[in-house]
Amino acid sequence: MKHFDVVVVGGGHAGCEAIHAACRYGLRAALVTLDKSKTGSMSCNPAIGGLGKGHLVREIDALDGIMGRAADVSGIQFRLLNRSKGPAVQGPRTQSDRELYLQAVQKILAKENFTEIEGEVTGLLSRDGCIDGVMLSDGTSVHSYTVILTAGTFMRGVIHIGDKRVSAGRMGEAAADHLSNQMEQLGATFGRLKTGTPPRLNGNTINWEVLESQPADDDPVMLSFLSQSPSVKQVSCGITHTNQNTHEIIQENLGKSAMYGGHIAGVGPRYCPSIEDKIIRFPDKQSHQIFLEPEGLTTNSIYPNGISTSLPETLQYQYVRSIVGLQNVEILQPGYAIEYDFMNPMGLTRDLETNLLDGLFLAGQINGTTGYEEAAAQGLVAAIGVAKKIKGVPNIKFDRSSSYIGVMIDDLTSRGASEPYRMFTSRAEFRLKLRADNADQRLTEQGWLSGCVSAVRYRAYSKKMERLVACKLVLSSMSVSPNEARSAGIDLGLDGRRRNGHELLAIPGVSVEHVADLEPSFSKSSKATKKQAACEAVYITYIERQRRDVEALAKDLGVEIPKNFNYSIVSGLSSEMISKLSAARPHSLGAAKNIEGVTPAALTAVLLGLKSLELKKAI
Amino acid sequence: MDAIFAQATASGRAGVSIIRLSGHQAFDIASKLCNIPTCGRLALRSIKDPNGDLIDRALVLCFDHGASFTGERVVEFHVHGGLATVSKLLAELSKSDGCRLALPGEFTRRALENGNLDLNQVEALSDLIEAETELQRKQAMQVLDGHFSEAGRIWKEKLLRAVALLEASIDFSDDEIPADLHIEVRSIVEATASSIMAVLERSVMASKIRQGFTVAIIGAPNVGKSTLLNSIAGRDVAITSDIAGTTRDVIEVRIDLNGLPVTFMDTAGLRETDDYIEKLGISMSYKRSEAADVRVFLVDSEEDELLISKEPGDIVVQSKADTRDVSGLAVSGKTGKGVSNLLKLVSKKLSSETMLDVAAIRERQVDGLKAANDCLSKTKVFLTQDPLPYELASQELYFACTQLDFVFGKIDIESILDEIFSSFCLGK
Repeated sequence: MKHFDVVVVGGGHAGCEAIHAACRYGLRAALVTLDKSKTGSMSCNPAIGGLGKGHLVREIDALDGIMGRAADVSGIQFRLLNRSKGPAVQGPRTQSDRELYLQAVQKILAKENFTEIEGEVTGLLSRDGCIDGVMLSDGTSVHSYTVILTAGTFMRGVIHIGDKRVSAGRMGEAAADHLSNQMEQLGATFGRLKTGTPPRLNGNTINWEVLESQPADDDPVMLSFLSQSPSVKQVSCGITHTNQNTHEIIQENLGKSAMYGGHIAGVGPRYCPSIEDKIIRFPDKQSHQIFLEPEGLTTNSIYPNGISTSLPETLQYQYVRSIVGLQNVEILQPGYAIEYDFMNPMGLTRDLETNLLDGLFLAGQINGTTGYEEAAAQGLVAAIGVAKKIKGVPNIKFDRSSSYIGVMIDDLTSRGASEPYRMFTSRAEFRLKLRADNADQRLTEQGWLSGCVSAVRYRAYSKKMERLVACKLVLSSMSVSPNEARSAGIDLGLDGRRRNGHELLAIPGVSVEHVADLEPSFSKSSKATKKQAACEAVYITYIERQRRDVEALAKDLGVEIPKNFNYSIVSGLSSEMISKLSAARPHSLGAAKNIEGVTPAALTAVLLGLKSLELKKAI
Repeated sequence: MDAIFAQATASGRAGVSIIRLSGHQAFDIASKLCNIPTCGRLALRSIKDPNGDLIDRALVLCFDHGASFTGERVVEFHVHGGLATVSKLLAELSKSDGCRLALPGEFTRRALENGNLDLNQVEALSDLIEAETELQRKQAMQVLDGHFSEAGRIWKEKLLRAVALLEASIDFSDDEIPADLHIEVRSIVEATASSIMAVLERSVMASKIRQGFTVAIIGAPNVGKSTLLNSIAGRDVAITSDIAGTTRDVIEVRIDLNGLPVTFMDTAGLRETDDYIEKLGISMSYKRSEAADVRVFLVDSEEDELLISKEPGDIVVQSKADTRDVSGLAVSGKTGKGVSNLLKLVSKKLSSETMLDVAAIRERQVDGLKAANDCLSKTKVFLTQDPLPYELASQELYFACTQLDFVFGKIDIESILDEIFSSFCLGK
């Protein structure tokens, strides 16, 4: 009987990253999925990246993950969001051809050596509080030392359209109902979350003439550091709006909506609201924008971004046809709401290991996140956790000050999730440092040392860094007087102070070209290198100012709390505090600080308890 | 990690005040101020500021790391307990890089972290910490006006909204965010900055209320200043004589003027002189009068020109009203005529500046508010730039909020997201 190091349950975005990373680490891995052909599917919006999400993709890519590469190969509308704003808040994004994306993922996975098992996991195997593998519906068992559960929206998934309820994990695909029940018997507690998707429209029945269009970028920015340019044809999206009629139709029929008709208990996100939500919460808004996104090059299916709904089919027709450009539209697949099980991630370790069973890791939607990128990043983190556990590989540090992945893990494990969690740049207090352009500088080296970054990528990264370091050296050794600057078109105050290249680039309005005029050896650097150096120059003073904050943060984070620390031995803690801390299991004093209701006095008491524990051990 | 310092002895006037400095860089920092003695030896040292001006000649004691209360290197300055000396030393210490005023209980916390307290002390520590906090808290409650926290809450709320507006423009640029949000951001930032500035201005006043106001009596020699002062004091404080140039030093008298502690200062008569001592006295007059809250010019006639030029707000009063009839404000120190009018006028001036309203009393609060306002000024600059650097403006606002955090408490990202989503219809 083959014994695996890790079994990944579910072939969604989290599962794919997890299985690929497990292979990169050389682990004996198996992927169990309900339907092999659906591995790498996009359930909802056929797009990868964006603001915050794009940052996650770059970080996954920096660690040699697959999402960025798959997106680039299948990308049909690349757009860099916030192009006109500073580099720290720019987010690379692309619409992808759904079919090409799926094929790209499967192709990348096919190169790796793992066992793919088609089947339904109906339960977890355990022994002495440790995970031992999974049970399948056909009665067989798959044994492993660790399990990464990435079931997405499939666990007791229920689709709602109006008052129609269908058990499903995704439209047309069966849900997995047994696993949750079995896990509950093991002590798991699930909550319910919901998410929605809009109807898919037949593009041939849309009147594109009357609509605005949003073209792809002329100068596309790729999601992966290794990609050069798009692989396939680029398309434009259409833009339209709802109107008063649309709103009236929806208003009058709210009771028929699954959400408002009281059929769904699950909590939805504040953002990404359904069209019903939008109309209720913002009744004064006359119209809501809709992006009509092509789902692929060889399909006529259009994804109308902005009108998620759980109204009955007939009503969907009614309100969609009230929209300009969509008067004669045919609906290929109705919109729906889906609710599913999730487990509160508070109490997970930073590697996403649960306290339910030793060796059980959870990643993706099951932890209360929403979005492909959020899921993928967690899949990667869990796989790294598994590799550390089994092979003792060097750690990769994910914390708030060095990656968006760190921000997400910290948010999830310290605060839990009471609504679907989505990444935004505003979640990162060190946003100016955590840029999409420097994800590789922040993570690739660690990834290489740990073992999840391939030699190919590392070579490419090293070369890039050599060029960048050389270029920055050139900038540092420049010494430009205000007069000299003026001759290159840079207007400085005549303060007589000489400036180096970094300082010049930090001045608003000064471009790479200006500096190149002043310094020929700078102009010799490649366009990409120059651009990178310029990015960094802009933010350097801010990053300096924040450095003390980072030090303070590191110090707080530095006081680790052992995994099974017994809070009841700490004198001076109220019973409420003891149960709060025991439930949350913060990994450090810094994490404990963020738990709601934890007071400074409690923290000090815990610190005392830890010290006294240390002292007792030393005796 | 920062070096921390604080007054270890109780605040207020005392014979000796001990200021303690702890940190791995404590010896370096202290060396900038004086020649530090070897550890364990209490030695007399001249403590000087960077300009070489003497702060105090005081006893200094150094503890090496491992052998101090906190476990770090510690320097204790046993200075003369005058409020001015203590303030000056504290101010000089705060100028050092990486050196700041200690938070309540911080020395104890460091002692704990460095394992300097043994097991028995560990048991008792929770109580100790509680007590220290209570004491600090009580102190704060005594001086803090209840409205201060409310002002802080309002500022934070406003800045939160400003941040949310900027963040909405950043994270949801694809959605239909109004293009003119920055106008509202700007008005919020300006309003908050003025409000903070007003509190800072009042804080100066508030600390004066604690320490007292000063009124300088200025005038030519023998115009009757000392006589006036004696009259105010109700007893012979200054030496009055007919010889011009008698008062060489500043003589002060502190009275309770309608509830305000006011110190009236006599000054040496202003005139040109070659007499060395007199010159010293006159230069002292200049200094003191500059720092005074109110200046009273005692003159023979209203047209008199003096060596110190008058400014709006100065009170001009004619002297020796007993010997002549004058129109306008006049007093006679000899008979007391007009003195109560003068006092009323002084009191009125001080009261109008004294708003018993929201003010920061603790130095840390003042520092925090000043730092917050600096960040708001920088934000204002960004908001006028085109293209608007949203992420930099937002960062400065976050820095401002962090400073307010030190004064009032934490701001949370979830609240910002709540604010964004309740204001705009966002998301696909």
